[in-house]
Amino acid sequence: MPARPTPLRRAGPAVAALAVLAVLAWLPQYYGSTQTALFGRAIAFAVAALGLNLLTGYNGQVSIGHGAFFGFGAYTTAILMKDHDWPFLATLPVVAVAGLVVGAAVGFPALRVKGLYLALVTLGLAALFPDLVTRFVRGTGGTTLVQIPKVTAPGWATGFAPQDDQWRYYLVLAVAAVLALLAWNLVRGRFGRALIAVREHEAAAATVGIDLARVKVSAFAVSAAYAAVAGSLLVLVTGLANAGRVETFQLSIDFLVIIVIGGIGTVLGPIVGAWLFVFLEDWTKQVFPDTPLLSPALFGVALILFVYVLPDGLIGGARRVTRRLRRRPPPDGTRATPHPEVNPA
Amino acid sequence: MNVSLFFTQLANGIGAGAIYASLALALVLIFRTTGLLNFAQGEMALFSTYVTWWLWDQGAPILVAILVSVALSFAGGAVIERVVIRPVEAASPLIVVIVTLGMFLALNALTQVVFGTDAKQLASVFPRRVFDLGGVRLSAQTLGLVGVLVVECVLLWIVFQRTKVGLALRAVASNPTSARLVGISVGRMLMVGWALAAALGALAGSLVVPATEALTASSMQAILVFAFAGAALGGFDSPLGAVVGGLVVGVANALTIEYLEPLRDVELLVPFGIILGVLLVRPAGLFGTQRVERV
Repeated sequence: MPARPTPLRRAGPAVAALAVLAVLAWLPQYYGSTQTALFGRAIAFAVAALGLNLLTGYNGQVSIGHGAFFGFGAYTTAILMKDHDWPFLATLPVVAVAGLVVGAAVGFPALRVKGLYLALVTLGLAALFPDLVTRFVRGTGGTTLVQIPKVTAPGWATGFAPQDDQWRYYLVLAVAAVLALLAWNLVRGRFGRALIAVREHEAAAATVGIDLARVKVSAFAVSAAYAAVAGSLLVLVTGLANAGRVETFQLSIDFLVIIVIGGIGTVLGPIVGAWLFVFLEDWTKQVFPDTPLLSPALFGVALILFVYVLPDGLIGGARRVTRRLRRRPPPDGTRATPHPEVNPA
Repeated sequence: MNVSLFFTQLANGIGAGAIYASLALALVLIFRTTGLLNFAQGEMALFSTYVTWWLWDQGAPILVAILVSVALSFAGGAVIERVVIRPVEAASPLIVVIVTLGMFLALNALTQVVFGTDAKQLASVFPRRVFDLGGVRLSAQTLGLVGVLVVECVLLWIVFQRTKVGLALRAVASNPTSARLVGISVGRMLMVGWALAAALGALAGSLVVPATEALTASSMQAILVFAFAGAALGGFDSPLGAVVGGLVVGVANALTIEYLEPLRDVELLVPFGIILGVLLVRPAGLFGTQRVERV
């Protein structure tokens, strides 16, 4: 048994998180509005990927329908703001609760439908969502595009956010920080252990008294709520909500790409993966302006290569390396370990 | 109720259903041999259809273009199985989903990078005639699609029941270990399964696109969901089920759109409902084998 961690060691993650937060808070002071919008996008994607990872990484349920939850949140916020004059922050609790409800509703079939078949159901959801939007949303000029009124910085914030886009970025960052902390605590507590136990062996989990149905449905609900709030955050950054068939499919796959690149079954993985994803996407668009579709092609190939070469993602791989360097035994099962099939080592 | 309108919609549904059935057959072929749901099937068909378009655009007659594209897809499907799928053959569902979605993403984007993003027009093999049978409108396209489906089924039946390759394919599907023991190259048979599926997809794609509208990168995504609904309804391991399921889904969708006014724009609600309903109530589908799960 390793010795009990000292208070200093225990404070390590908190210190690191605060340092990262400080850097993130400093970014819009230095960079211009184009870059700030990109940072905001990365953070919104990170939140969605955090949610997907709770479901897919920790609970082992595959979803390729998170683009639909994301779009659901985006439209809820956009419509509440545009048609009912709600302030942005007031829409978030509504989006979160609605996300929980919709997620639970979609999660119920997951009690009977597993693995590939569940993925199929969620694929159907991603395909269905744009049709529902076309049917029920009447946006600008009869299209599905909903534009929100501009969110401006309040007077007291001019000290640190003189520009409106800086203010919007800070809103996104604050919400994301709270959600990341929540996810961190969730997976390290009772609920997280239950998620992992169900993923590893359902029968064994049921034997030790875990309510399978409750854990699975709540995993879906929480995961969907994260994706929905992430959609709201992106609306704040871009100023509009939209959902085409291609985009909804692509978003769902993008979130999977992010958690696979970052590291399945880690809290840090989706965050790192999202930043990498958004910046690589932007970078390929700038280097090859004539072929804007090169980045999805590259990400598709990267997705397959990662599964072969680095199945536990960048964070998982980095952890393996540091563990080997320190020659410490692997952490016990309560910690977020990668999926057994994913990690042959 | 307008009887001739009903039968016209029924015929349209059967025509669309024939396409869904073809693609569902491709899904079933892959499921039977490799036991996985190929989420990239639609995009494989999309790429093949663009190849057909390119050959036709270069001046080849449409029939020749389709046949060459089908042959190329056959080879391409085998290569994909060997290179991309083989390493993750026995992996968890998550890995399989990730790999096929990677192919989905890559093929979809690659299609647009190679062939351009503008919508393409593709010639139809079938004449643009519409027969009027006592008020029931029946297009040559519908008859042609059903005819192609019948030919496909007969050919597949001959391959599976009357050839040595077919026997080996069935052996691998029913018990890979025993098949290997009697000297069948399981790997090669899996390649054949994927090759056949890719060829079927190429045919389905090349025939459906002139029927609907222009060829774009999103042409296949809705069709894939319909095909999955057909395969789920029929049972993922039953070729007969795929054909029946595909046709039922086509007809159900055509009639729903005609008679349920509020659902007119929500095209994919019917296949989604079918997938969800079947998987919840009877996961093996109508013709599939019931699975017994041991804990």
